[in-house]
Amino acid sequence: MAERERRITPPFGGVFVARTQVLDADDVRRALWRMAHEIVERNHGLEDLILIGLQTGGVAFAAGLAEALAKINGEAPPQGTLDVAFHRDDIGLRPVLPTAVTDIPTDLTGQVVVLVDDVLYTGRTIRAALDAVHTYGRPRAVQLAVMVDRGHRELPIRADYVGKNLPTRRDEMVNATLEGVELGELRKEGR
Amino acid sequence: MKHLLGVADLPAEDIDRLLTLTDSFAEVSRRRMPKVPALQGRTVTWLFYEDSTRTRLSFEQAAKRLSADTLSFSVSTSSVRKGESLRDTVETIEAMGVDCIVVRHRSAGVPHQIAGWVSASVVNAGDGWHEHPTQALLDCYTIREHLGGLDGRRIAIVGDVKHSRVARSDAWAFTTMGAEVTLVAPPTLLPPSTEGWPVRVSHDLDGVLADVDAVYLLRMQQERMTEALIPSLREYTACYGLTRRRVDLLGDKAIVMHPGPMNRGVEIAADVADLPRSVVIDQVRNGVAVRMAVLFDLLGSGRDLEAK
Repeated sequence: MAERERRITPPFGGVFVARTQVLDADDVRRALWRMAHEIVERNHGLEDLILIGLQTGGVAFAAGLAEALAKINGEAPPQGTLDVAFHRDDIGLRPVLPTAVTDIPTDLTGQVVVLVDDVLYTGRTIRAALDAVHTYGRPRAVQLAVMVDRGHRELPIRADYVGKNLPTRRDEMVNATLEGVELGELRKEGR
Repeated sequence: MKHLLGVADLPAEDIDRLLTLTDSFAEVSRRRMPKVPALQGRTVTWLFYEDSTRTRLSFEQAAKRLSADTLSFSVSTSSVRKGESLRDTVETIEAMGVDCIVVRHRSAGVPHQIAGWVSASVVNAGDGWHEHPTQALLDCYTIREHLGGLDGRRIAIVGDVKHSRVARSDAWAFTTMGAEVTLVAPPTLLPPSTEGWPVRVSHDLDGVLADVDAVYLLRMQQERMTEALIPSLREYTACYGLTRRRVDLLGDKAIVMHPGPMNRGVEIAADVADLPRSVVIDQVRNGVAVRMAVLFDLLGSGRDLEAK
């Protein structure tokens, strides 16, 4: 999510230009499949488990994980989506607007919440998400699944399920979708 | 946006943005713990030179749900009583470090004046007969919620238009968003001229009701009775009150709105106010979410960027 916002926000604005394709659509599908197995293994099934995709990049991956979990376990776990805009720590520093209305179908008290995002970078989005989750109840546990972990954490946060560990430079950018994962950079417009 | 002083000069994109933002804050209000840290460390204060219950409480609830600090101030027990000028009062309050001043005043234009004096954001919570922008926004939001949108909807605003800032703000906001507005009132309760207003005018409520998607009743301000603008309240109710008989003239899906406080039995019959099609309580509930959106837009998102 942070990645996407950086792209549209001054003074970071610009256009994403891909340099390398890191994963293709099949690789992403296989990674999701493996992560789904890890989720089932670690939680001994899917009881009381809910997937929450972070707006906007995590939502598609949460749906992909739910689909894989349904094939493994016979039934998909409940899903929700979360927009962390109002919980961010940089609200005054740049325009922060929610991209969608949060939809969390149940009280999270006693549930195992698996947060799903596209790219884990500074960890600030996840910090905001942890804060947001607690306004919906007190989960038994919160776990984190990301398609790409690109490093450069600014907070003590780590992922439980990772599609791909991808070492990057800070000035690079990662674009992760169900169609694949690309590494590239932001080009300022007009240059 | 830096201030919210009125809706007359607010473009449709801004109204639309605030209404979309309101969706997210309505969701926050439904949470188990309906509070977000978005405006932590900001301070909002109220400067109300006129009585108010719902607007004041609604702003206070909105600010608290955003984790802003609130400073209360009651004009009737303050140094204003000792003859302090408006400008001195405002500058004193600003010196204490507030980020937003919510103003209600009996004279039109006071919020605009204050906005020119201070660096804090100013929100107009009603100035004289002029504007009441957050009421207009919550009315737009309520109409959108019940009728799916404003574009092409037909809305009748009924009653004391002349003395009503709600009528002015609503007429502007509704038409900006594409609705057709008809003002319905006896000639004495209309402004001397509605030239330049994007509205139609009618004196026949029965003739209008069948064709509207929403009927918006204004409070009959009893204190106006002394001005002999209408023969009697009973006569007013007979011609312009929303009685049970008149409700039956409305289309099946048409809604009934009122900014409150209601005079049951005057502009709205007691039982009409409690019909399912009456959305008065939704208006009040949406008021909190709309005011959260306004405060967040003024004090949150990108605010420090603009300051630089």
